[in-house]
This record gives sequence, structure tokens and C-alpha cells, in this order.
Amino acid sequence: MITFEDVVKIYPGGGTAVDHLSMELPTGKMTVLVGPSGCGKTTSLRMINRMVEPTSGRVLIDGQDVSGQDEALLRRGIGYVIQHAGLFPHRTVLDNVATVPMLLGRTRRQARAASLELLERVGLPAEFAKRYPAQLSGGQQQRVGVARALAADPPVMLMDEPFSAVDPVVRSQLHAEFLRLQQDLGKTIAMVTHDIDEAIKLGDYVAILRQGGVLAQFGTPQELLDHPADDFVASFVGRDRGLRSLSFDAAASVPVSPPGDDLVTDEAGRPVAWRTPSGERPIGGTFTKDDSLRVITDLAIMSPVGIAVRVGADGVCDGIVRHHDLVDYLIARRS
Amino acid sequence: MNLSYLLDPAHWDPSVSGSFPQLLLSHLWYVFLALLIGTVIALPIGLYIGHTGKGSFIAINAGNAGRSLPTLGLLMLMVTLLGLGLLPVLIALTVLVVPPILTSTYAGMRTLDRRVVDAAKGMGMRPWQVLTRVELPMALPVLMGGFRSAALQVVATATVAAAVGLGGLGRLLIDGLAVNDYSRVLAGAIVVAVLAVVLDLFLALVQRWVVSPGVSGRF
Repeated sequence: MITFEDVVKIYPGGGTAVDHLSMELPTGKMTVLVGPSGCGKTTSLRMINRMVEPTSGRVLIDGQDVSGQDEALLRRGIGYVIQHAGLFPHRTVLDNVATVPMLLGRTRRQARAASLELLERVGLPAEFAKRYPAQLSGGQQQRVGVARALAADPPVMLMDEPFSAVDPVVRSQLHAEFLRLQQDLGKTIAMVTHDIDEAIKLGDYVAILRQGGVLAQFGTPQELLDHPADDFVASFVGRDRGLRSLSFDAAASVPVSPPGDDLVTDEAGRPVAWRTPSGERPIGGTFTKDDSLRVITDLAIMSPVGIAVRVGADGVCDGIVRHHDLVDYLIARRS
Repeated sequence: MNLSYLLDPAHWDPSVSGSFPQLLLSHLWYVFLALLIGTVIALPIGLYIGHTGKGSFIAINAGNAGRSLPTLGLLMLMVTLLGLGLLPVLIALTVLVVPPILTSTYAGMRTLDRRVVDAAKGMGMRPWQVLTRVELPMALPVLMGGFRSAALQVVATATVAAAVGLGGLGRLLIDGLAVNDYSRVLAGAIVVAVLAVVLDLFLALVQRWVVSPGVSGRF
């Protein structure tokens, strides 16, 4: 657990970067610090590994005040990922990843063997090991950055806009892979982003900061979307927050009705098309119990007949949701 | 004007005093000492200024000041103060060598990607480790550029040693002019020029060897 206790950072010259910040980032969870530029999110993050010293207040990791610890030793125990990856250009990919294990005194052979494994884990084939950072794409560099931060298996990781320098397609790919990785590893992660959508997608918890380094709200993504603390949070999380909050409700809770005659299926019972007065129309898409309410809503809107089709693991239709039933459910859900 | 002095085999006999090999060796000795002392002085100062950002005006002004000092005048001043010998020559040549090395070291340190340095610190490197394992290897191409230009300047300028009674390839120029033996002067000029080119090629090879392919782009 990372604890901020009434932390203040005032830069010489008078600017207040962080203003009496108190919060707890739970162990094994990912907490995303988000806010407009000048909200002190990066400053707050960098106080965890003492890249920035607070003017007053304390930052604790598992109850231990970081200010009492040797800077270099503290940092070796905390993974650090930055924007543009910040890889060492003069070292190969493998030696970049092996940096912290080497600093911790492992032998070169041990460090490299462990690093090779990690490269695979972040989705880079072994042939990348001997390359230099300049030979990689932005997305690949960022993967190496993540592998380098994980190399010494630190319990805590700090990530400063780790995915903002890559294009949207690669970014969502990295998001998905990172979420999978985190599910396995269960690190305590503090991440900074200016992108509220990224925060909501990745964070178990989200801390929204406002200009001047004041914490506006701390909570799960759904709490922020459903119950924003004030107008600032409401406007920051965006106009369509009602729609986006549907992403956090499971489709499993939506009641289904049996399919009617207008659903055309193949021999196995898999949905194929809709029978309409103007002929057969493609089915568009289906959902499973693991999908979110947002997926159902989207399907109901897109469907030519206003019906979302649910399928089981075998792809066979096991129920449908009509769009007026969905509206009734959404209204009932609010109260 | 002819090449008779240069091509005379007697002048290439290493055992003869004043032969090309002997003069070359003493010339290289001055060059080596001046570069060594100059590097020992300029490199740490340049690294310190580049690493901390403190006193950058020294690095910037050193380049200009160094260029405007006439080496021969400085040498004469040193001889007046210290008397004849190797020391005044080395001081004059070192003053020539320090500015390009200092300026390029500083420039190399300042132009490197600060985000990488930030990452190095954030991963738990101590300041000394950041300097030697990250900043220096990244600054090396620019630094080597300054060192090579210092080496070229000192190879040409080390000829002044002969003006105060020492050896080196300058002997051919000074003595040749004194006795109106232009063939000897030409021989001296050619050998100095060839030495400069060979030394630079050698340093280019050294640079290729010490600079990481990841930095030079020579994968």
C-alpha cells in the first residue's frame, strides 16, 4: 500500500504543485492519477520514489516512510516506466532489461536469462534481445520499458504516461496486454495519465486531481462515473459518462427472453440472420454473459430489429434482449 | 622546390639523429602528452559542468578564449617565465587542447536525452553510475569529435616546439628555413600533413570501437 499523508509540494518560486494530498493506493491494485496539466499528478508520482521531495507531509510504502530510505536502494525496489520508455540507446534491449538486476548485484548471466524470459512475457520474440532501442518501433520500445521495470520483480511500479507516445491502435493493444500481465502479477501500481478514458479503462481506482494539486475525487471508475463529487469531476469524466458507466455492469444480470421465429439459426442453433418483412438481414453481432451492459446497448442500437442476441460459450443462442426490455432494465438499475 | 629531402633514404634511417623516424617519435610524444594532460584537465570539468549544469559559461567561453590565444606567443611568454625545456611547450599545447575537449564534453552532456537520464536515476543508479554508465556512453560521439579536432590542431601546432630548441617535425621547418633548404621545409610540411590524416583515421577507428552501435546508428 502506498500512502500519501497530507503531502504538500511547493516549488521554489512559489508554485504549489501538490496541495495537502492524502490518499491510499491499495496493495496489488492499479491506481491511476489523472487530471489536466498542472494538476501535480506527475509530481505526486515522483514523490513515491523520491525523484521529488515533498515540502511537507509523508509518503509511505507499506507503512515505511520513503524519506528515511536510501534513494538508490529505494528506487531499485520500485519499477519505473516513463513516457517514450527512456531506454538506454547504447545498450541492447536485453541489457536494458537487465539493468536493475545488475544493479542489485546479480551476475550478468543470471540477469540476462531472467530478462530474456521477461521479453517473451511482454510479447517480444527473443530475436529482439540483441537489437538496440533505435531499431524498435515506439510500441516495441514501450514493451521493453515495461519489461525493464519488471525485471527485478518489484512489488510496486510507477508508470508516468507509459502509453501516450504510441498510436491509438498500438495503445489499445498494449492496454489489453498490460491488463492481462497485471492480472497475473498483481503489482501495486501507480500510473499517471492525462487521458480519462485510459484511466477508466485501466484503473482499479482513479484519483482525479485538479489544477493546483488538489485531489478532486478518489474512487473506482464506476463510482466516478455514477457519482462524480462535483462539477469539475463530472465535466472531466466527460459528457457520455452515463453510457460509459455501462461498461462496468455485467451483461449476466440482464434478463433475457426466449428467441422468437424471426431469428434465423443454422443447424447447430447459432444465430445467423433476422427475418424481416424486407427479407433477411445480417445478425450484426452477439454477446455473452461475460460482456458488459455497454455491449448489449450497442448491439440493441445497431440491430435492424432492435434486439441483442446472447450466445453461450458454444456460440448457440440462449436468449435475446429486446430494446424496450433493456430500457426498462436501465431505468430500474438507476433506482 | 623538390622532394629530394623527403625521398633521401638517409633521412629515413632511425639510427640517424634528426631523421624522420626520430623527429616523428618526439613529435608524437609532445602530441600524446598534450592530449593526455588536456584530457585529464578538460574531461572531468566538462563532465561536471554537463552533469550538474553549473558553470556552463566556463565551457562556452573556454572555446572562444582558446581559439583567440596565439600558441606561439603563449609559448614565448612561458619560456620567458619558466626558461627553456619541455614544460613551457606542454603548457602552450595543453592550452590549445583544453577548449575543444571541454566544449565538446559539455555539449555532448547537454544534448543527450534527459528523459533517459531521468530513467537511469529512477531505476536506482547512483550519480556516479548515471554518469559513467549512461551519460558518458551517450555523449561519446560528440566528445570524440572534440577530441579528434583537438588532436588535429595539436599535431599541426606541436611544430612550435622546435622554435624553442626542442625536437619534433618542426625542426624540419625551422632548420630548413634557417638555411634556405626549401626541400627540407616541404618534407616537414608533408610529413606533418600525412601524420594528421593518419592520426585522424586512427581516432575514427577508435571512435567506431568505443561508441555503441545503438548510439552511432551503425547496427
